[in-house]
Amino acid sequence: MRLIKKRRMWGGSRGGDIMIFILLLLVGVFMLFPIYFSIIQSIKPVEELFLFPPKMYVQRPTMQSFEDMLKVAGGMDVPFSRYVFNSVFVSVVVTVAQLLLSSSAAYVLAKVKAPGIRAMNKIIEVALLFTSSVTYIVQYIVMAKMGLIDTYFALTLPYIATPMGLFLMRQFMGQIPESMIEAAKLDGASHLRICWQIVMPNVKPAWLTLMIFAFQGAWQITGYLFVYSEQLKPIPIVMQQIAASGLARAGVSYATVVVLMLPPMILFLILQSNVVETMAHSGLKD
Amino acid sequence: MFGKEKSQYIEDNKFRYTMREMKKNGSAYVLALPYFLLFLFFTAIPVVISLPVGFTNFNMAQFPKWTGLSNFYTLFLADDVFLIAIQNTLVFAIITGPISYIMCFLLAWLINEMPGPLKTVFTYIFYAPTLAGNIYATWQLIFSGDAQGPLNSILINLGLIKGPQQWLTDSRYILTCVIIVQMWMSLGAGFLAIRAGLQGIDKAGYEAGAIEGIKNRFQELIYITVPSMGPQLLFAAVMQITSSFTAGDIGRYLTAFPSTDYAAHTLMTHAFDYGSIRFEMGYACAVCFFLFIVMLFVNNVIRKAMSGILDT
Repeated sequence: MRLIKKRRMWGGSRGGDIMIFILLLLVGVFMLFPIYFSIIQSIKPVEELFLFPPKMYVQRPTMQSFEDMLKVAGGMDVPFSRYVFNSVFVSVVVTVAQLLLSSSAAYVLAKVKAPGIRAMNKIIEVALLFTSSVTYIVQYIVMAKMGLIDTYFALTLPYIATPMGLFLMRQFMGQIPESMIEAAKLDGASHLRICWQIVMPNVKPAWLTLMIFAFQGAWQITGYLFVYSEQLKPIPIVMQQIAASGLARAGVSYATVVVLMLPPMILFLILQSNVVETMAHSGLKD
Repeated sequence: MFGKEKSQYIEDNKFRYTMREMKKNGSAYVLALPYFLLFLFFTAIPVVISLPVGFTNFNMAQFPKWTGLSNFYTLFLADDVFLIAIQNTLVFAIITGPISYIMCFLLAWLINEMPGPLKTVFTYIFYAPTLAGNIYATWQLIFSGDAQGPLNSILINLGLIKGPQQWLTDSRYILTCVIIVQMWMSLGAGFLAIRAGLQGIDKAGYEAGAIEGIKNRFQELIYITVPSMGPQLLFAAVMQITSSFTAGDIGRYLTAFPSTDYAAHTLMTHAFDYGSIRFEMGYACAVCFFLFIVMLFVNNVIRKAMSGILDT
């Protein structure tokens, strides 16, 4: 044990650390620059916005674009808060449901040996590859037959059972040692209990990551074709309408982009620091 | 006679065995049921119905008419844009797929070599483009064709180009620009899954490795880290395959649609063109069907190759 402590947590030299840091920093600048530029553009006053060449900084920052955006949003038939509620509600429902359903199904697919499970695994693996832009018409027909068009169900149900979420959880759960599950079975634990009390705590980084994917996806739901009542529309589609309303609102389109990216970014920050924390704790078991 | 009876007996037994096994695990099926019900109605049925539509003529107003392989004959023999789309999709996938996959793993691993708080910061920065997503307006400004545009002015000052270039309308550059933006957004689900996987590796492995004489971080990477990351590496591979083959939105939003000389036209763009603009659903489904087959093939090859080396 002492041997390990002396050479820090893992192998590698201090000099190597610094080189890695510099490399990551360079890639990081490339990654962040367009986002930084978008934010800068959103707080520029109109006269700076149309300045050419565009400046990478603001001389007189203003919230004018955001105020304009709210003004346009305020002029819509439905109060803006309703759109916000719709998006938040839909995102929370989809995220929670995806976490619960995908994890339960992933446990079965990864750890239960029973007839049909192999076939289910194969189906999911094939379904992963089918990201199609032509299925919406059949989806529409299915939902119309079930009477779901223009309801909150149309905004949530189709987005819960994603093959990707299940596949992610299954891959992580497969790494849980069989002995752990056998032991629980001998104690008489049911599948439900084994899944949620034994397996899930051991794949915490996986489901925190799943929550990020789920929320990120749900936040982008526009409900295009599936809802037409103004009261049911979520923010992204309203933002599209605002941003598309002309050159005079060039600043507004940047403002909408910034507003739209904030919620997933904040959630990601909270969840990601938790992912790293999990590791810090499991690293302590000396 | 006897043989037939015997096989009947075995069949019967097998059936009973299956039933017994199913009954024993009944609660497991119940656990998986909610997911699979939603999956059935909103993913499986739409996909299964869409595939045969590729063999019909369907304009969304009349009932689809079976036309056999005629859509596919048209695609390969009479549709030049489709052939351009295949070429673009392949070039795009062959470049962005492997590079972004290696980037996902390498950067995720390098981040893991950093101390705690820096890990969070770098993961955040690298995943931010995927979260920010649709900032095409900013990219259009960066690639602006004006001599004073950000990219042009930098390259002119460095003496790399003589005059301003029309990055997004000159067919020589369009695909490259789209690839750059795709690379920028490519540290997505696969990257995050690998990051999460690295957090879960048992530290005892590294301790044992140190005792057995592993000297530097590269040996650690090859002998301990990679072998215990099989499932995550497979997940990332599948994600990168889908994202590199189904790319189309970036080109559509970044450049004009259709792009000059169809330089950014991919299979997904082609399907979008026929499915959402011309409402020739049968034809659009045929394009998607073809893409699906290509992806299935690539996926199987990669999967075979990976399971030969790794425990996935």
